Amino acid sequence: MEPLLHITTTHYLVLGAALFLLGVIGVLTRRNVVIVLMSIELILNAVNLNLVAFSRMWGGLHGQIFAIFVITDAAAEAAVGLGILIAFFRNKETVNIDEVNLLKW
Amino acid sequence: MLIGGIMVITRKNPVHSALALIIALLAQASIYLMLYAPFVAGVQIILYAGGIMVLFLFVIMLVSIDRSIRERQFNSQWVVGMIAATALGGLFIAVYMKGTSVFPEHALSTIENDNTQQVATMLYGQYMFPFEIASLLLLVAIIGAVVMAKKRI
Repeated sequence: MEPLLHITTTHYLVLGAALFLLGVIGVLTRRNVVIVLMSIELILNAVNLNLVAFSRMWGGLHGQIFAIFVITDAAAEAAVGLGILIAFFRNKETVNIDEVNLLKW
Repeated sequence: MLIGGIMVITRKNPVHSALALIIALLAQASIYLMLYAPFVAGVQIILYAGGIMVLFLFVIMLVSIDRSIRERQFNSQWVVGMIAATALGGLFIAVYMKGTSVFPEHALSTIENDNTQQVATMLYGQYMFPFEIASLLLLVAIIGAVVMAKKRI
């Protein structure tokens, strides 16, 4: 009898794709910059999940190393993004992205 | 984890979004543990759920959220955005349906008892140069964040 809960790499990939999709929806539709940045974190986490799942599949550790590098990137990105957000809020008194329309034609 | 992710993009209050994101990140750390990656799980909890989320919560409290809660939550291009996201989802589903199974059914056995040691050996041996580049990146990010958040440069 085959075990019912046999989790393969494909399951992890489907979960990662769903998480990526949630992040994309958040980036494309929300107005608050803070929530857009959080959605970017969701996207990076989906990528991390895929990396670790593949690392498990091939039995190596390269995927985990890359996941750690991606986490480092996410930290740097969050710090710079939130710094930009603070500067932006000081200038415009708002946190809505569609009011950043200086480059709009 | 998906529930946490859905709550991140639907809540009105950014603080609630951040708390939902913490739930999603912790759930992902448990998934890392299922994938025999305890070091990445620890880094995820400490760095993401600890560090980055504290940063997010600080900034949420710095910018005023009272006005933005009462405003419209979705931007005016949300229909186009949803169409694009649906197209991406359709692409994922098409790939999933059409793809033949190339992944091996059973995962290879990973060394599990000294994962942290193996990661450290690889990080300081084979991946020495990217590691140094990452430190440079963090330095640049620190300087950039300070310059951005300063009042008068």
